[in-house]
Formats: sequence, C-alpha cells, structure tokens
Amino acid sequence: MDAALPSQTSMLTTTLEEALRAIVKEEHVRAAAPHDAFAGVQPQFVVEPGSEQELAKVLKLANESGIAVIPRGGGTKLDWGNPPRRAHLIVSTARLNRVIEHVWADMTVTVEAGCTLQTLQKALAQHGQRLALDPLWPDRATVGGVLSTNDSGALRLRFGALRDLIIGVTLALPDGTLASSGGKVVKNVAGYDLPKLIIGAFGTLGVITRAVFRLHPVPKATSTISCLARDLSEAQRFLLAIQDSKLAHSALQVRCVAGAPPQVDILFEGVEAGLTAQAGQLKSMLAPALLTDPGPVVWKARGELYSAAKGSESNCAVAKISVLPAGIGDALTTLASLSANKVRCNAVVQATGIGCVHLEGEPGTIAPVLKSLRAEIERTGGSLVIAHRPATMPPLDAWGDPGDTLSLIRAIKRQLDPAATLNPGRFVGGI
Amino acid sequence: MRHRPPVRERHTVEGRIFQELRAIVGERGLITSPEELHTYECDGLTAFRAMPQGVLLPKSTEEVQAIVRVCHRERMPFVARGAGTGLSGGALPVVNGIVISLARMNRILEVDFPNARVVVEPGVVNLDVTGRVIGQGYFYAPDPSSQTVCSIGGNVAENSGGAHCLKYGFTTTHVLGLEVVLPDGSLVHLGGKTLDKPGYDLAGVFVGSEGTLGIATEIILRIVKRPECVQTLLAAFPSTNDAGAAVSDIIAAGMLPAAIEMMDNLAIQAAEAAVHASYPDCGGLLLVELDGPDAEVKVLMTQLDEICRNNQAWEIRVAQSDAERALFWKGRKAAFASVGRISPNYIVQDGVIPRTALPKILSEIEKLGKESGLRVANVFHAGDGNLHPLVLYDRKIAGQETAALALSFRILELCLEAGGSITGEHGVGEEKKMIMSQMFAEPDLETMQRVRCAFDPLQLSNPTKVFPRPRLCGEKPGEYEAHPLETAGIAERF
Repeated sequence: MDAALPSQTSMLTTTLEEALRAIVKEEHVRAAAPHDAFAGVQPQFVVEPGSEQELAKVLKLANESGIAVIPRGGGTKLDWGNPPRRAHLIVSTARLNRVIEHVWADMTVTVEAGCTLQTLQKALAQHGQRLALDPLWPDRATVGGVLSTNDSGALRLRFGALRDLIIGVTLALPDGTLASSGGKVVKNVAGYDLPKLIIGAFGTLGVITRAVFRLHPVPKATSTISCLARDLSEAQRFLLAIQDSKLAHSALQVRCVAGAPPQVDILFEGVEAGLTAQAGQLKSMLAPALLTDPGPVVWKARGELYSAAKGSESNCAVAKISVLPAGIGDALTTLASLSANKVRCNAVVQATGIGCVHLEGEPGTIAPVLKSLRAEIERTGGSLVIAHRPATMPPLDAWGDPGDTLSLIRAIKRQLDPAATLNPGRFVGGI
Repeated sequence: MRHRPPVRERHTVEGRIFQELRAIVGERGLITSPEELHTYECDGLTAFRAMPQGVLLPKSTEEVQAIVRVCHRERMPFVARGAGTGLSGGALPVVNGIVISLARMNRILEVDFPNARVVVEPGVVNLDVTGRVIGQGYFYAPDPSSQTVCSIGGNVAENSGGAHCLKYGFTTTHVLGLEVVLPDGSLVHLGGKTLDKPGYDLAGVFVGSEGTLGIATEIILRIVKRPECVQTLLAAFPSTNDAGAAVSDIIAAGMLPAAIEMMDNLAIQAAEAAVHASYPDCGGLLLVELDGPDAEVKVLMTQLDEICRNNQAWEIRVAQSDAERALFWKGRKAAFASVGRISPNYIVQDGVIPRTALPKILSEIEKLGKESGLRVANVFHAGDGNLHPLVLYDRKIAGQETAALALSFRILELCLEAGGSITGEHGVGEEKKMIMSQMFAEPDLETMQRVRCAFDPLQLSNPTKVFPRPRLCGEKPGEYEAHPLETAGIAERF
C-alpha cells in the first residue's frame, strides 16, 4: 500500500499547501525545519490548527490526499514506539492550549490537548487541586501527548493511571469526524468508554483535542522515606511487606544504580499526624534497616533516566517494563546478569510493577540485552516496550508480543483509520 | 473490508440447532420449555420482557466458545446473562436468539496475595470475592448494593459502581484482564495480570460495553488491602439542601471519603419501615465513611463533625462497632427494595449530575413530583453526584404508570441539562437506548458503533441494546442512507 503512493516530495503539492492555508491562517502552516525531524524521519509541513474544527478539517484533507499525519503535542516522546513508515504532515496542538473549565467544586477540569501538564497543574493549584499524575517533562509534555503515550509516574500506585483519571475525551478522526465520549461527571457509564481506547494508542486512531479529568486535592503534607536494601531480594521483600501492610502510601519504588545496593523509596501524603504515625510503623516494619529522609528529589529518578537517554548522540536506550509486583526483584536480577560488564544499567521500578530501565553501552551490545530481557519478562506475562534507542542500534521492534489480540487491534484501526493516515507504523503490529 | 450484514429472520430456531447445542452443554444445560424460560424473560428491570428461544448454561470457556460458534454460523443473536439483577434491561433476551447464562461458571480460579490479584469465572458472586480474601485483610472494592447476589460477569458488563467507588473507583479500575469469547467464537485475552500490555486498552473498552462486544469467561481482578481504620458517621440535617452544602464543604476541605451517601425523608421512612436501621427522622441524612491510617482518620473525623454541625446537622452518630456500622449501611443498601413498603410500585432511576447542581436539581425534582401528583424518594451517592430518584406510583390507578415513567425520564433530562449523564452505574441497556441521542451527538454514537463493528461485525452479541439504532458494519459514516440490502428486504435494522 505504501509503495503505491507517490513520492513525498511530489505529493505535497502547492495545491495541498493552499488547501491547508484555506483551513488555518497562513502563518500557521510552515515548511518543516530540521528540528521537526524525529526518529530519523523528516516531515515536510507543520500545521497548527487553532480549533478542534480546524484540526478535524486538516485531518480530513490529509486523509483524502493520502498523506501521513504525525500528531504532535510538546514533541517530547516522538521517538517512542517504532519510527513511522511515512511522516509528511505534523499536526501540532500547540494552539489548542487552554484550560477550558476548572469546576473546582466538582473537582473536574476540561482542558485542551495542547496544554502542558505544568500549565494545567498551576491552574488547578489555585484551588488546592491537582491531576494526580506525575508524567515525564511536565513543563513541555501536553495533555494529548501524555494521554497518547499513557505516561504515568510513581503516583499511579495510589491514584491509578490516566485510565482512572480521565472522564471524557473529544477526538478528531481522519475522516473529519469530531467525536466525544464520556462526559463531565466523575461517574458515568453511558456508551462505550472511548477515553480508554485512545490512552496509549500513540495517536493511531484519532487526534485528541480535549479531555476531561477528575481531580484530587493537593495533599496538606507529604514525606518521603528511603531505605537501603542489602540486595534485590531484600528490596523485593520490602516492597511486598509495605504493599501487604496497612500503610496508606501514595508511591513506592525501587531504584537501582549500576553497582550500588538498591534503594526503596516510599511517599506518604495526608495530614501531618498521619504521616508521623506511618513513618513510625514503617520503621518498625523494616527494622533493622536504616531509614533516611532524602526529600522529594528521589521521585525525579525516573525522569532523569529518560532525560539522560535523550539526544541523538547518546549511546543509551530506555525501555518501559511491566512485571508482576512480586516479580520486580527477579526482573532486575535478570537485567543485572544480562548486562554484566558490557552495558551499564540503571532502573527505577514502581511497586505497581511498572518501571524503566536505562542501558548505556555500545549500540550493538544494548540490543541483545533488551531482547533477552524482553524474552524473560514476557515469559512471566509482562512486557518491555522500547521508548528510546541509539540511532545506530540494530532494528528491534519497540513493542514485543501483543498476544492474541492483534487481529482485534487491527480491526479497530481499520474502523477508525482505514487509510493508515495517522502515525503509520509506529504502533503494535505495524499499525 | 466489508462484512456480511446481519440478517434477521423471524423464525424459530430449528431443531437441528438445538440438538447441536444440547450436545455441547448436555441435557441439563439447555432450557427450552416455556415454563422454565419465563425465569429468563427479564432481568431486574421487569417492565421489559421477551421470551428467548432457549437458555444455555455452559460450564466452561470451551462450551461458551462452541455455543457462540454455532450462533455465528447460524447468524443467531445471543444475550449473555449473569445473575439477572441488572436494572436497565441489559440481559433482556432477544426474541429470535438465545440466552447464555454464566451462572454455572462460578469458580474462583486463583487467589494471588503477593500480587493482589484474583482470577474468577464470570458467575462468581461479587461479595464472594471479598469473602475469599478478607481473612488476609483484603477486599474487592466495587460494591453495588446487589453485591450479595450480582455476578462479577454482570459487573464487568455494566461497569458497576457502588457506594465506595468515590474513593476506590469503579469495576473498570479493578479489572486488569479478561478472557473473552468474541462474537465469532474466537478467544482473546485482553489486558492481563501485569499492567499496560502493548496494544490498545481493550479490557478498558470491554468493561461497561453491556455485553455487546462478546462474553467474558475469565476475569482478573485487583484486590485492595483493608485500611487500618474505618469510621462511619451518620448525620441528620433539616433538609437535603443542608446535607448537600455539607458535602460541598467536605470536598472543599480536601477530604476524599471512602463514601458519601445521602437519603431524603421519604427514603428514610422506607428504610425504617423495611429494615429498622434506626435512622433519625430528618429532611436529609448523610452517611460518610472515612478510612485510612488511624491518626489521619481521627483528625479528619473531628473536621467532618465540625462541617456537619456548621451545616445545621442536629444529630451526629459515629458507629462504635462493626455491627453498628453494618446497621448504618443496611438501611442505605436496602433503600431500593424498601420503597416497596411505602408504595405498591416504583421506578428506580439512575442519573448523574455535577455535584454542585444538587440543590437545584432536587428542588426541580420536587416541583415535577408535585406537578404530576407523584412522590419521589431520593437516594444518592452524593460524593459523585449519582442520583437514584425512586418514582412512586400505583399501577392500579389509571394513568399513573405512564406519568411515573414520564417523570423519571424528565429527571434524566434535568441531569443532562445540568451537564450530567443518563446513567452512573445501571447502564443503558434496553431502557435508555432511545435517549442516548440526547446525551451524545450522532458522530459520537457513530464512532462507538465503529468500535463495536470491529468486535462484532455481524452484531450478534446483545444486538438490540445501548444504541438507539444499530449500524450495518461496513457502511460509510455520514447521513443515514438505506443500505441496498435493506431496500431489497434482505436485511433490516432492528
């Protein structure tokens, strides 16, 4: 199908450019610059629609013209997934950046897809509320991008992932349809739950134009406690003991820096009296292990691993792993033994079983480590998805085994984006 | 890719098909006698009734697959059924199809405490999951009022809630994976024991799809550790407005209680008549449950007490024992059934409003009730704005049933006008499919239908529910145009 398309250069004719300018104002269509390239692909045009309707029209035009669209928010995670097969037009949500409605008394917010997480959180904080999510690069990452990549951090343990926080979404489909699902109330079971479908879909089904979230109060007090474990099996024991206790922690993670003993971090949020009491309980639970108060900086560890791998010059790969909570120690032990002396590896894994591993070394040696680690994790029912890889690393599918759902996933793609206009090739199974 | 459109032939199921089905489930697994079929002609919403051609009671995933393959081959629609406690007619049979009851698939297959996962068959009763894990200090959080009888499979279909979903989330939050028999009889595994499986979140799409995307035959649930402390407070207010103001203050204070429930005077009277919960006779009753670490709950209870008093609460009780706490809840959980004590007939409605619209909507409901000469008892999950108005009437009085129905639907319109939803936890099913187009625009419904076409191109799985009109899969979205097969009289939209 792709081979039958005319070459990229001839395709984006003046006519098409004019058609784009007829939808959005002249200054919001431009030729793509070298800095718009990603994952080794150079797109040709960047368009910044100023409304949902404009965005839907642009998609329809692209779809009918047979050109590939890359939806882009802050552009922080464009290298995640597989490189696209085609990438002609970047549709940026940069101008759809408003917090539309923060109904603080109902603890809900409606926000446009191009709003950054930081802008959103600042607006919510004015009423002592927050979106209880700690994604990567909040200063640049947008609501649409965070949803599309299903990014979540340590707070997921207590507050759930985006699937548990979103209550409504509006999507623009490649045929120009603007469709909403869910609503503005926290409890609602009318119709299919399409917000769930588009979370983590990497923009392969439609472009998110707005979302509605349920909110949580900003905690009155927080405290972080860390504990040095002797080895990975002790770290695993700590995680399970804390999870099986009556502590009401908001986050719990294990940090492994190559060559050093693992650290277990726990975050408490709530009222001061509760924090003090829980810290005491934790201490007696983990005794004789020594507890320290490292401050909130430890919760940046995950972001640092992702950030360290950024940049085309780096010899780093980052992958998201998901394992059973009781299998974290085993996965990290496997990682340590696989990387041995050839690859330097760091990891942060949340008690949910979701974590990130960062590998640094010769690109030729990183690939086999990722492959073997994926095989071992998949054997126990988990997954490993590559977020970033060195440009020169041998090809390796970013996603791994999608199980027996591939034909269903393809059927959904065919229904919503039959011409494969959106992000072709980035997702699971070549979607 | 074009799929064959659904062809509905209005004939009875042929004997050869029943023979084949009988061979799958055995003599005792197939019900065809009219007397026995009556049990299955409706669910908890008894106003809608339809006789299926037969009822199948499979005992395994393989049997479900074999049945569905026959249905697929014969283009025969099927409706999956759990305990039949649904309140929107989701399990209402299709007259030219069969019912597949999952009641015999009721085993808890695996309990995994270190990972806090439980794997169950769909016929397992909701409360039995908690029963199985409570000894280790865990519970299964979604707690619909029917939890002593309703099944996990039904909960999955409806994305059931319950009083405690304010803090703990709905069924969808607690379902991590599903084994599903698709409408063509193939078997897929959506989600799993680990989170974020590569691919679309199909488990998230399946939960709450009301049986229209296939049949879940195994479900992986998340269980939750019981908090250190649970405290339940009951407060009597002069009116629901005062109680509502207290709710707003609780939220504004940054608390997230495990549950906030409200009942109005009529609902209190009914509960008292039925289960003697010793509720104070007041205009608005709040039931607030806080849980968490001892020290935290203690601080918050003081604050909560103060908020209630500031909003004119004239009596506040805190449950002093598990038994007293259970009694507090008994009246609330029995509220729907209790209304039978004060009215010969009643309609249970389920709508959602933004919490802040509560006082306005309540006074509107009161006004509408007066205008139509009907009483409305109100029970709500006040924390999340989920209303359950109970419209009381007497079928024997001419015109009252029609008036009651009209009133209950008018209440839903009020919910929509306030920016809410037509259902918070009971589902759309048969009852509300015609008002889906008041809540959603045509492109919204169209998009949902496209997802449905991916799962069930022939529209065999609970085909007549949720949507106001079905869509022939393969047709292009846009203006309604008669499908060539329709005009030729080969297929019909049902």
